Amino acid sequence: MLNNSPYVRKPASVSRVMLKVLAALVPAIAVYVWQFGPAILIQLALASATALVCEAAMLKLRGKPLALYLSDLSAIVTAWLIALAFPPLAPWWLVVTGTAFAIVVAKHLYGGLGQNTFNPAMVAYCVMIVAFPSLMSQWPGDLSMQAAALAEHAQVFPDGPAMVLDAITSATPLDALRTGLRAAGATVSSVSADPASFGQVAGRGWEWIALAYLAGGLFLIQQRVITWHIPASFIAALSVIAGAFWLADSTHYASPLFHLAAGGSMLGAFFIFTDPVSACTTPRGKLIYAAAAALLVYLIRVFGAYPDGVAFATLLMNILVPLIDMKTQPPVFGHKN
Amino acid sequence: MPTIVIPPLRRLLQRWGVHPDSHKYPAAGLDIEDAGLPDMLRLPLSQHVGAPAKVIVEVGERVLRGQLIASTGGKISAPLHAPTSGTIVAIDEAVVPHPAALTDVAIHLRPDGLDEWIPLKSELYPINLSEREISDRVEDAGIVGMGGASFPSAVKLSLGHRSKVTTLMLNGSECEPYLSCDDRLMQENAHAIIEGARLILKATGATRVLAGIEDNKPEAILAMKLAAKPFPEVHIVKIPSRYPMGADRQLIKMLTGIEAPADGRAADVGVLVHNVGTAYAVYRALRYGEPLTERVVTVAGGAVSAPRNLRVRLGTPMAYLFERCGGLRVPPARVVSGGPMMGIGVQNLDTPVVKGTSGVLALAAAEVGEREASACIRCGSCVEACPVGLLPLEMAARIHANALGEAEEIGLDDCLTCGACGFICPSRIPLVQYFQHAKGELASRSREQKRLDTIKELTEAKAARIEREAREKAEIHARRKAERERAQAAEAAAKAARAAEKETEA
Repeated sequence: MLNNSPYVRKPASVSRVMLKVLAALVPAIAVYVWQFGPAILIQLALASATALVCEAAMLKLRGKPLALYLSDLSAIVTAWLIALAFPPLAPWWLVVTGTAFAIVVAKHLYGGLGQNTFNPAMVAYCVMIVAFPSLMSQWPGDLSMQAAALAEHAQVFPDGPAMVLDAITSATPLDALRTGLRAAGATVSSVSADPASFGQVAGRGWEWIALAYLAGGLFLIQQRVITWHIPASFIAALSVIAGAFWLADSTHYASPLFHLAAGGSMLGAFFIFTDPVSACTTPRGKLIYAAAAALLVYLIRVFGAYPDGVAFATLLMNILVPLIDMKTQPPVFGHKN
Repeated sequence: MPTIVIPPLRRLLQRWGVHPDSHKYPAAGLDIEDAGLPDMLRLPLSQHVGAPAKVIVEVGERVLRGQLIASTGGKISAPLHAPTSGTIVAIDEAVVPHPAALTDVAIHLRPDGLDEWIPLKSELYPINLSEREISDRVEDAGIVGMGGASFPSAVKLSLGHRSKVTTLMLNGSECEPYLSCDDRLMQENAHAIIEGARLILKATGATRVLAGIEDNKPEAILAMKLAAKPFPEVHIVKIPSRYPMGADRQLIKMLTGIEAPADGRAADVGVLVHNVGTAYAVYRALRYGEPLTERVVTVAGGAVSAPRNLRVRLGTPMAYLFERCGGLRVPPARVVSGGPMMGIGVQNLDTPVVKGTSGVLALAAAEVGEREASACIRCGSCVEACPVGLLPLEMAARIHANALGEAEEIGLDDCLTCGACGFICPSRIPLVQYFQHAKGELASRSREQKRLDTIKELTEAKAARIEREAREKAEIHARRKAERERAQAAEAAAKAARAAEKETEA
């Protein structure tokens, strides 16, 4: 085409955007390895390989250009998010099946890159936690690091000694808190005094990973990969909601800081809710989307049956995105009357 | 001259736009040079918005520089003058800068090298001329908007007078990358620009001049401030560098905080925007009597050996300008008439410089960076970039699905086709082309609808007329019948009366 202005373009590309997201995840992965051993690296590799194979197969089936879409790294981002959201001790086929489901069903059957209504990584998480609830709840607990790391290696592969599992896994702090609070006379402080699961403010080890997600997220904002709207709105809303319950009854409701540092809050705030494809695009829409997601996360965590609410909150909010986007279109220039 | 500064809050709240690499150097650092005379000048009759000019010379005629060769073609139009002395060799189709690469009628002038002017009527103090006189002389000089829009300036002046304009805004933003012709003009001819602005001010009855210059042109700002010093009504304002700052409504909003209504004109909020190049041309026309025969053009791009700003005669082919700047180092990937964001891609290097040509660019492959478009990832960069607050990704998705009406509902008509969205898109989706296509399609649909409406109206009018005529005929018929019956009845009554009389007589 002759007239295709603008004739200069920002040297931006989808692969650059995705590469920055991957880079922003690296600090969290490093902390993960430091806290829980290198098993996560195996999960990351498994997920990445599965994602690439599935992506290539689907692109071929759909008759799309392989090189253009394989090199955009979007499948790798999905894979990494799945690996980071799944328990590191989960058997190898869990992460492989989850990743395959994410790429084949949640991404390509919905129309491929840019067309998926739901966040593929979170679809994988929800499908797997519904199908294999016990396997999806085995998280590394005690921190005698070497032992845990050894055991993890053994566990990732199918013929590892099964009995090691019980010895080294425990509930997540969110789970532990909810179950602990069911006991008569239990309070937040009595439950969270257990050093096996709890650290300074939230889950032992997990709070450091959350901090690394925060750092990576700030990098993404600085790089203009994401805008401040979704993380800020999510963090503010979660703090306000958790804060209200905590102020009303601090013996039965954990502090806002706990909720921010626990579970997938930080991963969600900067990497999941900000997934451009399935999130809102208007500035006001982003604020509403993230605040509503924070409310759902809190309700599912505190009153629901699942260990964390980020995945379900994401999918529920994804449904509302087109509606929110259309209702929050920015004022068009010259139409303010 | 009190200094006007953009309030930081206003800068903060107006977050639209993009920041392309400016690529203004080396051209912006070098003096404007005269381009000289090429072998042939081709002057299209439509170098402005509105009706084409009407040729008043004949093939073979010798003309002098500044001589009228085509007169105003209508209410909104502009005359055309010979850019140098020479012979008219043809009046024929020629390539012109046109988005669809169409040709247009052009006057072909072969320069004789003497560059002989017609006698010029200079005016030592043009500021003493009447408003009417200023406006008439601007019209006679063939001046149009020099920023690229090419709207006849005189029409804009009289428009300003009707709409009670209080502020004349001088657009010195030059937000397009690569271009530095306005920058150089402001640095080298600031006095002339300020004088021109004061003349326009007088012609429109406005009371102040606000000249907005982007902060990436500090030398131009300094020169303009110095030149404006004696005049309390002229304010030079530094504005943030971003694209598209030079769009008139965006400039007005940044300078005054006022948002001109989308369904009206900028003049409705009491503002008239003119480019600095236009002010310069107005000064030349009134002070020296020179009609518009040349303009400053930035010749730049990675494929050009020695980029530079040149003073170019209208009608000069692009190839001549590239030669004048040391030739092309590498075969250009793209040649553009105008700026790289909103300019027109050309294929034929014979394409001439016209009144609105601010730049002639030969871009190398690395600068163009054309790559296959991939799928939209809904990153929202385009939403942030859009200066009018549209949702380009949603509009493109609807146009892609051929739901043009829906695209219109969410604001297609307000799109400036400035290209900020297309510039920033990481998936390299040709968003501007989507919008241009949809706009064109909707325009032709509405033309068709209008045609059908007219046909319907005419048919209905005809049917109504036939019916009315039939009714009138019937009424006349009925009236005549009634009259006839009345007459018969009267006759019968008279007969009866006569018969009765006879009877009584008998």
